[in-house]
Amino acid sequence: MKDPDIKRLLYAHLLCIFSVILSTFIPSIFLENFSILETHLTWLCVCSAFVTAVNLVLYLVVKPKTPSKRSSLSHKVARFLKCCIYFLISCFGFHVIFVLYGAPLIELVLETFLFAVILSTFTTVPCLCLLGPNIRAWLRVFSRNGVTSIWENSLQITTISSIVGAWLGAFPIPLDWERPWQVWPISCTLGATFGYVAGLAISPLWIYWNRKQLTYKNN
Amino acid sequence: MPYTTYLVEKGASHSFVAEAKPPTVTMPRIKALMTGSLPGFVDVVRNLNSPVLLEDNVLRQAAAAGKRIIFYGDETWVRLFPKHFVEHDGTTSFFVSDYTEVDDNVTRHLETVLKRDDWDVLILHYLGLDHIGHLSGPHSPLVGHKLSEMDSVLMKIHLALLSKERASLLPSLLVLCGDHGMSETGSHGASSMEEVSTPLVLISSAFERSPGNARRPRHVQQTDLAATLAIGLGLPIPQSSVGRLLFQVLEGRPMRDQLRFLHLNAVQLSRLLQENVPLYEKDPGFEQFKISERLHGNWIKLYLEENSSEVLLNLGTKVLRQYLDALQSLSLSLSRQVAHYDTYSMAVGAALVLEVFALLLLSIPKALGPAAELDMPLLSPLFSLLFYLMLLGLWAVHVTVCTSTESSCYFCSVSWLVAGTAMVLLSALLCAILSELTKMVGGARRHAGKSLAACLWPWSELDVLIVMGTVGHVLSLGASSFIEEEHQTWYFLVSTLCLALCQDVCRKHFLGCSKEDGAPQGDRREEPGPREADPALRDGAVRCAMLEGTGVCGAASAFEALGSAERQMVLASPWAVLCCCRLLRALNQTGVQGAHRPDLGHWLTRRCSPMSRVVLALGLLGVYCYRAAIGNVMSPWQRGSKDVSKGIMEARFVYVFVLGILFTGTKDLLRSQVAAAGAKARTVGLWEIHSGLVLLAALLLRPHNLPVLVSSLLVQTLMANFIWKPLSHDTAEVTVMHYWFGQAFFYFQGNSNNIATVDISAGFVGLEQYVEGPAVFLTAFATYVGPVLWASHLVNYLSSEASSLPALRHACFCYALVGSVPVSAYVVLVTSLRYHLFIWSVFSPKLLYEGMRALVTAAVCSFFTAADQATLART
Repeated sequence: MKDPDIKRLLYAHLLCIFSVILSTFIPSIFLENFSILETHLTWLCVCSAFVTAVNLVLYLVVKPKTPSKRSSLSHKVARFLKCCIYFLISCFGFHVIFVLYGAPLIELVLETFLFAVILSTFTTVPCLCLLGPNIRAWLRVFSRNGVTSIWENSLQITTISSIVGAWLGAFPIPLDWERPWQVWPISCTLGATFGYVAGLAISPLWIYWNRKQLTYKNN
Repeated sequence: MPYTTYLVEKGASHSFVAEAKPPTVTMPRIKALMTGSLPGFVDVVRNLNSPVLLEDNVLRQAAAAGKRIIFYGDETWVRLFPKHFVEHDGTTSFFVSDYTEVDDNVTRHLETVLKRDDWDVLILHYLGLDHIGHLSGPHSPLVGHKLSEMDSVLMKIHLALLSKERASLLPSLLVLCGDHGMSETGSHGASSMEEVSTPLVLISSAFERSPGNARRPRHVQQTDLAATLAIGLGLPIPQSSVGRLLFQVLEGRPMRDQLRFLHLNAVQLSRLLQENVPLYEKDPGFEQFKISERLHGNWIKLYLEENSSEVLLNLGTKVLRQYLDALQSLSLSLSRQVAHYDTYSMAVGAALVLEVFALLLLSIPKALGPAAELDMPLLSPLFSLLFYLMLLGLWAVHVTVCTSTESSCYFCSVSWLVAGTAMVLLSALLCAILSELTKMVGGARRHAGKSLAACLWPWSELDVLIVMGTVGHVLSLGASSFIEEEHQTWYFLVSTLCLALCQDVCRKHFLGCSKEDGAPQGDRREEPGPREADPALRDGAVRCAMLEGTGVCGAASAFEALGSAERQMVLASPWAVLCCCRLLRALNQTGVQGAHRPDLGHWLTRRCSPMSRVVLALGLLGVYCYRAAIGNVMSPWQRGSKDVSKGIMEARFVYVFVLGILFTGTKDLLRSQVAAAGAKARTVGLWEIHSGLVLLAALLLRPHNLPVLVSSLLVQTLMANFIWKPLSHDTAEVTVMHYWFGQAFFYFQGNSNNIATVDISAGFVGLEQYVEGPAVFLTAFATYVGPVLWASHLVNYLSSEASSLPALRHACFCYALVGSVPVSAYVVLVTSLRYHLFIWSVFSPKLLYEGMRALVTAAVCSFFTAADQATLART
């Protein structure tokens, strides 16, 4: 509950936002005809990679106080593999949910899957970085009153806002405006991205605003 | 189509793109082509029973003028014009999967007819292309074959006509046109660009056009064809036609004829304008018409005086232009005039709806309170002064309005008694609202302190979702594309509801675990508030459910009674429901025609008395026989294919059983009311009614929709047993969920907000001919099977629960409230959007559906009240 903590959180989040913005500009230097709407899949991959990279860097630099009890190499590798498996599971899980929500089953599989990947990047990757492959911790954070630090609190907010963004992003699809961004995954991915960015921007402010009310047991 | 292209480019033809006005379905389009008028949506509904076209039309005029008309093709024509054809052979368009037989049926007559000389007008309506579109879309390889077939037919006709012309001197006219277009998916009915654009090619050796001048085809209205045909055949233009003469057709005629024809058309349009618009003299079109008529007179005078040809030509072109302008503005103001609104009646109706809605809203706290009493204070205001003043004022307004305007107003034309009742209701409701308001204000002042504490945040995430969903749905009604795609909204909401339920389940499940494990789970009271936590939990739930089956542990508060296997079921059931919904959604998108008779017996006969079980079994047998008789199901004892009965006997057989079951159900209900037979008899009675309804639905639904019925029953069982019972949701939530599922199943059945999807054939099951009462009832039931079945399940579920005393009343109130929110919002929306471009194509059919839904809701609520009365009598 100290201000420096919040400041660090703010910087970390600004870095994440910056990475999202960079992912829209950097590829146009190297690739011809790059634009978010037309080469959407490329952008999805690039954005996902950027955000993952920034999250990993943040994890390594800012918050190195991971459990150092059993820090043997094999343990680390096992942990990393576990994280990867969790990430894949979450991708496939999101994919299944999208199909259940009405995404086409056979056509546009790649698009749907990349949408699942980017939503997992916005939600699962920060969770994995912060909490590790630990279901019980996840359950604790995402149950009603289970947060124990501002990091977890901001994680909660960004995750919610990206999912709500993706959810709201589905609304323009049936409209007959015939815009290029109304094609199936684009409005949802854009919604998720905006939600993620909004969550990143809002959460430090919100925590700062409510810092008097917030009391964490472990802090 | 090489031959057609050749004809179009060679020059002896005129080609246009004719714009069809929605609804782009066959019958209204044929009407538009033949009468030149714009059929409204109410016409569609009114004309369901009397399809004979009574309006003035080209065919009637032609028949009256002694022309011999021959028709081959779509049966709709024969129904529209039963006595006009000297010879006809209708083809039914019922079996969409057939696209060769329907056309061969038309073409086989061609050979002989073209040789004969005993006809003046030949109409051919080919169905194959439309069927291919319905079957496999506009990009199907079948389309190419069909088009070349049509091209050869066209060539055959054209060559025959040319050879005929050599014998007789009069030129003949070949019109190639479509009644409607085809959307990207191959269907039609709505108002997209592809659906409203139809080709119109006029081919005749009378036309002269410089060859090689292939201009882009002009855009014209479909209604223009009627006027053009009438002029071309030398007939009077149909009375209610709003179309303009296609002027290109007249090119090459002498100036005098051109002016004469334009004058005819303008006179007809101005007559129509005089009939429909009270202030027609101020209309710019009419003024232009007067000017051009005067100029025309001058021209005739000059013509008779045989002035120099140059002066004549100059003045003639001027008159021509003037006439064309006049026609355009006349036609425009006529089309606009069709959308003339009866504001007074609309205001009265909207006021009634809104007052009822306001009253419902105001009585929320009372009706959802523990006492669940909803007494509309309608009687006491009857004696207040305000009521009489209101009544007097309204009556004065009514008399003033009805006597002042000349234009017909629907509300003025109803009988005085009905109008008076509406007035009394209007003012009584207003007084009731006022008294409720004063009571509420007084109450609020008294309980100011208490209520603040109460409304801190008593809502769970599910409640938030439900309220947000309802509000979102209502807001979405303002956009035409959301109305067209309303099914998507409901599927989306239901999926979200399932995920929210899943989150609820998981929370109860896993939090129970962590409590037992001693994880830090105390009762910390800290932010974030539940509102923010809601989607987070859902997200968490998503993940939990992905890893579901990671072990079941300890007891949580709500499902202590459940074993581990049942818990797995509870965890899995939202997913099962989701999968079910996804499958159903796919079912009616693609129109899977699987005619399987599902095994309903097992589910149905669970809770009924033995007697009704026998009856049910017999009824199911009857349904099977009916389906076999009309050829949906292969029956083992079918003796050849020639005895295709209409299944009337079998259907009546089922009706007897349905009535029997409903009767025993009602009898049980009544018995439980009169004698103190206890709750059991009542529950049994309700179940019998429910199963009777299911049986009726099984009879009426289209064969490929039977899976919808089965999964509806499956979902109901799953939800009731594994979600609502263990999680003990409160009555309001359960009611709203039932409502949502009912809506979703309404669309799963294949319904939409388009009139074209109403399955009228349900009204003829078991009837030899059209009988109005039963047919309307059966059609309405078949259309609203989803909502009705879910509502009846709601009654059953609530009354089988132990604490059902206030529950039914709560449910009834919630159902009425949830049902009236969209209706009242929609009435306001439509009133404000009445000059929207899509008002006839999108908004007004939805309004019809909403009105019908309000009636169904009212019926359901009265059913609730009846069940509730049974409860009251028992206690």
